Amino acid sequence: MSHTKGWASRRAVLQGGAALAAAAAGLLAGPAAAGVEDARKALAMLTGGAVPVEGRITLSMPQVADNGATVPMTITVDSPMTPQDHVTAVVVVADGNPAPEVAVFRFSPEIGVVDVNVRVRMAKTQSVIAVAQMNDGSAYIARAEVKVTVGGCTT
Amino acid sequence: MDKPRIRVPATARKGEIVEIKTLIRHPMESGQRKDASGALLPRKIINRFVVAANGRTILDAALYPAMAVDPFIVFKARIDADTKFEMTWYEDGGASVSESAEVKLA
Repeated sequence: MSHTKGWASRRAVLQGGAALAAAAAGLLAGPAAAGVEDARKALAMLTGGAVPVEGRITLSMPQVADNGATVPMTITVDSPMTPQDHVTAVVVVADGNPAPEVAVFRFSPEIGVVDVNVRVRMAKTQSVIAVAQMNDGSAYIARAEVKVTVGGCTT
Repeated sequence: MDKPRIRVPATARKGEIVEIKTLIRHPMESGQRKDASGALLPRKIINRFVVAANGRTILDAALYPAMAVDPFIVFKARIDADTKFEMTWYEDGGASVSESAEVKLA
C-alpha cells in the first residue's frame, strides 16, 4: 500500500496501539481506590518514563448518554504540530466495555492540528480515558465520566 | 463495502484549519452479539482508517468494536497548499475502500 510508505506499518500500528490500549485498560481494571496515581504509573511505563499529567488534551463527551450505541466523543490536543513539537498518538480506552480499547489515533505533524470527533459505543456508565503522547516523550491524560442510560455494545 | 462519503471545503486560505467529515455505512459487527440461535455473530468491523494528504499520511487510526455503527469520523487539518486527501477504510478480513477529495488554495 503505497500511501503507507514512510509511516508506521499496519502491523506496527496495530501492535503498538493494542499494547498501549491493553496496558491502559489494565490499569483501569484495578480497584477503584487505586485511582489516578496507578494510572499515571502504568502509563509512564508505556511512554518511556513520562508520567502523564492533566492538561493539553481535552476529551469532550456528554455527561449523560441516553443511547450507548452512539455517543459523540471529541478529542483535541493543544500542540503547535511542528516537527519539533507535536502529538504522535492519542489512545482512548473505556473500562466499562466488554473490550476496553476504543481507538488509537496516530498523527504526523503535517496535519497541523489534533481535533478528532467520532461516535463510540458504551455498554454502561463508565469513565473514558484519553492519553496523548508527544514527540518529546511527555504524555497528557484526560478523563470523561459518562452516565449511560441504555447500553450499546451487545444490542 | 459501501462507497464512503467525504466532505471538505472546496477552497481554503493558506494556513487555514478546515474540518473534514467522513462517513462510511458499515454494521460494525462487534463480535458481542448473538443470533437467534444463541451463536455469537463473528466480529466484522472497520479496523483502520488512514488519511494521506498529497501522498503523506497525516492520520492513521486503529479502530475497535467500541466504534459505533456507520463510522462517522470528523477531523481537522491545516491547509498549506492545494491538497488532495486520500482516505482508506480497512475491514476485518482484508477488504478496503478508498475515496479522495481536494481542497484548493483560495
